[in-house]
Amino acid sequence: MTSEDSAVARPFRLIGRSTLGALAEIGRLTTFSGNVLGACVTPTIYVSEVLRQCVRIGFYSLPVVGLTAVFIGAALALNIYTGGSRFNAEQFVPNIVVLGITRELGPVLAGLMLAGRVSAGIAAEIGAMRVTEQIDALLTLSARPKRYLYAPRVIAATVTLPALVLVADIIGVMGGYLVAVGSLDFNWAAYLTNTWRFVTTGDIVSGLIKAAVFGAIIALMGCYQGDRSKGGAGGVGRAATLAVVGAAVLILASNYVLTSIFVRVGL
Amino acid sequence: MIAPLLKMTGVHKSFGTKSVLRGVDLSVAPGQSLVIIGGSGTGKSVTIKCALGLLSPDAGDIHFDGETVTPSNADRIRERTGMLFQGGALFDSLTVWENVAFALLYRDGVKRSKAKDRAIETLAKVRLGAAAADLRPAELSGGMQKRVGLARAIIATPDLIFFDEPTTGLDPITADAVNDLILEQVKALGAAAVTITHDMASVRKIADEIAMLHEGRIIWRGPVSELDRSGDPHVEQFVHGRADGPIQPAL
Repeated sequence: MTSEDSAVARPFRLIGRSTLGALAEIGRLTTFSGNVLGACVTPTIYVSEVLRQCVRIGFYSLPVVGLTAVFIGAALALNIYTGGSRFNAEQFVPNIVVLGITRELGPVLAGLMLAGRVSAGIAAEIGAMRVTEQIDALLTLSARPKRYLYAPRVIAATVTLPALVLVADIIGVMGGYLVAVGSLDFNWAAYLTNTWRFVTTGDIVSGLIKAAVFGAIIALMGCYQGDRSKGGAGGVGRAATLAVVGAAVLILASNYVLTSIFVRVGL
Repeated sequence: MIAPLLKMTGVHKSFGTKSVLRGVDLSVAPGQSLVIIGGSGTGKSVTIKCALGLLSPDAGDIHFDGETVTPSNADRIRERTGMLFQGGALFDSLTVWENVAFALLYRDGVKRSKAKDRAIETLAKVRLGAAAADLRPAELSGGMQKRVGLARAIIATPDLIFFDEPTTGLDPITADAVNDLILEQVKALGAAAVTITHDMASVRKIADEIAMLHEGRIIWRGPVSELDRSGDPHVEQFVHGRADGPIQPAL
């Protein structure tokens, strides 16, 4: 091969290598997720571990999710008021706030906040266990990491994120309410009545379904990157970063897919 | 002749282009204490991990009590083995007694109160009091962590125990105490033991037989009484800790 051939072929080789690498990564992640999700729905399930993870993932995330929701609800109300006033539609603030929070911003923002807090935490914890041979120790004690470590985290995140989103929905709507009544001169009773009459069960349920999917993604990405980490502290740090980035991208992508499905089925 | 409890034949293992094991042949009889010595990076830990089924060999056979070790039966075989890891590998999120009783709680389904009693009994065997039971691993010294690791390895009365550098990082007195505990507990169980160590004082104390691993193969094996007259230049260099000789220092 001449050096000219080599120079021409190099970009194609790089593209080919990157493509194969990406496909291999998708394959590994899919296989890992399939194995862990299988362990979530088949015995043995370590209930005490699931409950412990529910507290760690769900309960301790309440402050961050609540604060995010109240500020987003408040900012949303101001933005809708400003935009709506351009064509005399200020009265729709309660309707759009509740729709935006329940269908979109509640689950997506709670998901993104938990991607940062929980996914990174899981990846760092499992990564540290990997590099200190604790995962090998589990295996020598005949405990499967996918059952003892990963499945409880995935179950806990899948169950608790909808509960957190439900709380975020209420707090977010109240954030909008406080701004609308306090700063925009809305009547408090009319605001609440409009909100209650406008919101449907479908709005809430669609947000909760999204939350459950996002919860599974957050825990799976944390477990996957933690499980693959190697090389000491640097490897653990890299695993945490990759878990957050991967979870955030997958949350946004799956949000679009789920929204498309909900629109198509009329939910 | 007694059938070996563990037998490895022609085991090869590579990581990428690096060939670590190049045909390891090893056998351990029931109740025997075998110590594997060798320089850093010669594949001692990989040998143990292959024997435990934590790594799959690229070629060769591993038999435990006459049964070939495969991914499908590795869990069942591991129920009959114990392992003391170099760094202890204690679970940070659990207390000392939960670490020790892990196999009883999560594998054998023993009730927590009974498992805790068994854990405290086992901790006493490694000279740790009941006060240590409710501590977290991070609250223990290195020597105490090794003893907790030993208690976890022996609680389910295994037939074969692996020790990965059991005295690394310990002062000579604590190291000797850990060696005594290993000897005492292995003898009390009647178990076989496979130990990896660089510590020649440990080798002389706990070994019945010694195997030298070099460049991915066992190049010498013999009883501890023959260690000083092995006639093998690799073994002699290693035993006397000389930089000059056929083994290149891992710098």
